[in-house]
Amino acid sequence: MTEAPTEPRDVHGPDGIRVHEVIRTFRTGRSGVDALAGMSLRADPHDVVAVVGPSGCGKTTLLELICGLQQPDSGTVSSPPAALMPQRDLLLPWLSAIDNAVLALRARGVGREDARRQARPWLERFGLGGFETTRPAQLSGGMRQRVSFLRTLLAGKPVLALDEPFAALDAITRHEMQRWLAHVLEAEPRTVVLVTHDVEEAVLLADRVIVMSGRPGRALAELQVALPRPRSATDLAVVELRERALGALGVQR
Amino acid sequence: MRVALRGWRPLLLLILLIGCWELYVDLGGADPLILPAPHQVASSLYTDRSLLWSNFLVTAREVLLGILVAAVAGFTFAVALHFSKRTLRPAVYPLLVASQTIPIPIIAPLLVFWLGFGILPKLVVIALVSFFSIVVTTLAGLAAVDPDLVKLMRTFDASRLRIFRHVELPSALPGVFTGAKIAVAVAVIGAVFAEQAGSNSGLGYLFQESLPQLLTARAYAAVAILSAFAIVLFALLSLAERLALPWAYAPKGDLP
Repeated sequence: MTEAPTEPRDVHGPDGIRVHEVIRTFRTGRSGVDALAGMSLRADPHDVVAVVGPSGCGKTTLLELICGLQQPDSGTVSSPPAALMPQRDLLLPWLSAIDNAVLALRARGVGREDARRQARPWLERFGLGGFETTRPAQLSGGMRQRVSFLRTLLAGKPVLALDEPFAALDAITRHEMQRWLAHVLEAEPRTVVLVTHDVEEAVLLADRVIVMSGRPGRALAELQVALPRPRSATDLAVVELRERALGALGVQR
Repeated sequence: MRVALRGWRPLLLLILLIGCWELYVDLGGADPLILPAPHQVASSLYTDRSLLWSNFLVTAREVLLGILVAAVAGFTFAVALHFSKRTLRPAVYPLLVASQTIPIPIIAPLLVFWLGFGILPKLVVIALVSFFSIVVTTLAGLAAVDPDLVKLMRTFDASRLRIFRHVELPSALPGVFTGAKIAVAVAVIGAVFAEQAGSNSGLGYLFQESLPQLLTARAYAAVAILSAFAIVLFALLSLAERLALPWAYAPKGDLP
């Protein structure tokens, strides 16, 4: 080892994400369920790519392929190291907010005090100051998602794989969290794959929106969102893109 | 106030049951040599107090050490099975279940033959009967860990050992406590059997010695002490669990 594990990693690697013609089938007993059938996606460094699609279209499978948790049956996946932010916050109930946030550091063998020292300024920035020692059960839903996101961020990977991060929140909190995430990504640019079934969320946050078909999933359309930030849900251009995405999904209005 | 009331309710029920028992014996339902009346047991508790106390200390030591041995061995065993899910576990688990059907009175004399009249055979018997519940509940706790959490740890490049330490072990701890609480009752029974197989002290020994001498009330007094001991141990374990794992009991209050 020439490099101390606590040293910040290079999170601005040159390579982006390439998912090419991926097929992924799950065996359940005798029959197989096709999760993905010819899915392709590319994200250049610091791109925020949103993937929208109906429930069960293989979005989570796509993220797990990017994170290296699964291998494709055919096709290719190449991605820099990616950290997953799971759909449910999956915070550990026995750990305080700060110890949950540093779980990725602890998983690499960083000492507890050292890890906490690295996380403290981030908790302040994320509006979690004063809640360091609070356990998840006593945090609000929005706070839990922020801790969960911080945990993903502190993993120090160039790619963030966000799996419907705000789906479990109420509408008002979700709206706040979307604006908050846009701010964070402006200050801390990463390559992001954001899976969501909320088309508006996709248009508000992403540089590009990929619309997936129902199961088995593949890309139906790709929309460029070349709009200045911050964006508002009531901007005409946002509304128009949202309608186009919904149209691609086959939603009748 | 409500907590205090809850604590009194089992006591009220107990007093009621003892009252029925007293009436049953007093009205000639059973010969006091077969079933002594509660007041006879109570008087034995008082008159034989020094005898009961000295024998209680012997049994209490056996039970406490036995449960400790079972907890350490059971936990270690469960972890070993968990780490060899594909190889060791399928081979060993059925045998473990089968081992629980062997009546202790059959193997207790063998253990005395091997290990003598000291505390060792008692510890082995108590550990044997308590071991199973601790292994099963610990294994269940280890297996019930959310698979998504394990996936998450893998994206953080956590080694197998660190996944165990940070995620699986804490998740399994409530299971260890549950197993130990179940083990308390069987450990006390195990101690009685072990003492009856070969011993010259302890409440199980006293129990066995009292019956042929027609000191039935004293035998019942010994049993009453054993029951009270098990209840106290159970309560102490519950308290220890609340202190050690406060997150498992924390109120789920949300901030606005």
